[in-house]
Amino acid sequence: MLDPYKIREDFPILKRKVNGHPLIYFDNAATSQKPGQVINAITSFYENHNANVHRAIHTLSQEASELYENAHSEVAKFINASSLEEIVFVRGTTEAINLVAYSWGCHNLQKGDEVVVSLMEHHSNIVPWEILSKQHGFIVKYVDVNGNGTLSYSSLEENITDKAKFVCLSHVSNVTGVINNIKQVAKAAHDHGAMILVDAAQSVPHMPVDVKELDVDFLAFSGHKMLGPTGIGVLYAKREILEKMKPFHGGGEMIREVSFDPSVRRCNISWNTLPWKFEAGTPHISGGIGLMEAVRYLQRLGMENVKEHEEMLTKYAMQRVRECRKVTVYGPEDPSVKCGIIPFGIEGMSSHDIALFLDSYGVMIRSGFHCAQPLHQQFKIKSSARASFYIYNTREEVDRFIEILKEIELV
Amino acid sequence: MGSVGDYVARIEEACGEEKSVIVTFKYDKKDEAIKKILAKTEKQQSLSSIILELTFKGVSLRLYVTGKAIFRNLKSKEEAQVLLSELLA
Repeated sequence: MLDPYKIREDFPILKRKVNGHPLIYFDNAATSQKPGQVINAITSFYENHNANVHRAIHTLSQEASELYENAHSEVAKFINASSLEEIVFVRGTTEAINLVAYSWGCHNLQKGDEVVVSLMEHHSNIVPWEILSKQHGFIVKYVDVNGNGTLSYSSLEENITDKAKFVCLSHVSNVTGVINNIKQVAKAAHDHGAMILVDAAQSVPHMPVDVKELDVDFLAFSGHKMLGPTGIGVLYAKREILEKMKPFHGGGEMIREVSFDPSVRRCNISWNTLPWKFEAGTPHISGGIGLMEAVRYLQRLGMENVKEHEEMLTKYAMQRVRECRKVTVYGPEDPSVKCGIIPFGIEGMSSHDIALFLDSYGVMIRSGFHCAQPLHQQFKIKSSARASFYIYNTREEVDRFIEILKEIELV
Repeated sequence: MGSVGDYVARIEEACGEEKSVIVTFKYDKKDEAIKKILAKTEKQQSLSSIILELTFKGVSLRLYVTGKAIFRNLKSKEEAQVLLSELLA
């Protein structure tokens, strides 16, 4: 079991007050807070090792390169990828999905093909495919969600046909916390000859994720939701797929050679090895190092323990929220099918009113569509308030949250 | 005479189907801003010790003593800007 009280000591921000009240941070699905270990790793890089990576022979560059490469290896181990060649550092989940859409999709999707997504997706797993479909003529098909926000597996079966070339699905919904059975979906996709990309932004930070066991072709996640800094994220892909893919961005770092051929007055270009072929320009070196430290922190805690702690908090919060007469929780009631995300509304209050009221008491939650407007349309709601938990949250914080919800009900 | 920029840190259109605009007042000016707004608006009710329900020129707004406000049913943040320029003048 995790000891959230001990963990809290590592997070400087949790010592502050907001509006005169101790900070309760329940907006973890948007971004997590950062432990001192991550902050110090970034500071230490700039104080001791800062240099550009690769292709320089001086000591600082060698050190920076080694740290940056180690960060890839550490992430590879964390999700059980085969090697660092399968780990591309990007800005975040959104960029990872766009990389695949443009680098793979532009060269492999055409009229008559189908890309299958679901109605519970974050906009970042819908918009790139809609944009490309208009340019390349393929069809984007949407898998339904059930009334309680879980994925309709019968709709999934209906939508994945032999025309499907690509399936894109979130592992965990960023609105309801519903956990999808990725192994089953990957099998269904592969049985029809389609590839699968998993938006794991809400799963990798919160539960053990093993890319080999899931048998996914691509998996995308963000560092900042898992204790790491903003601006760094990960695209995992099977090596043989990355080898066949064309680069996403062109520039330095991603090339092996650019040689000018005077006979035709053009340059011949060959690509760098994986994963650098997909990391054009100077990368976010300190971000990668911060992410490595975040991964180490989570590994020390153990991802099974992280999952167990969030399950405990979710179960407790779902049980206590039933005491609030005017509160409606959206999504499944059964806490065992979801992660630590609770979307809700209060009769007579907009989600923004709820968020501002809680903010007045130092409780940070999110309100609005959470970049998942189609799912809100399915629920027939204008927006939702969302509380989301992480390793440093406690039962006492949930108690305080419930007390304030009861006060809001009296308004 | 103050301007909106003297008192307001941020104006944001809220995400969601509700057409609301969220205003955050500058921390060191929030009390002054709240006083000015209260002087010009019609008070509907105190919803709790921290929220006041107000109206101004037919627009409903909720003012939080922590220095935030929600304007309801506005088309854009520009509309909020116009109202705020009158309220904070």
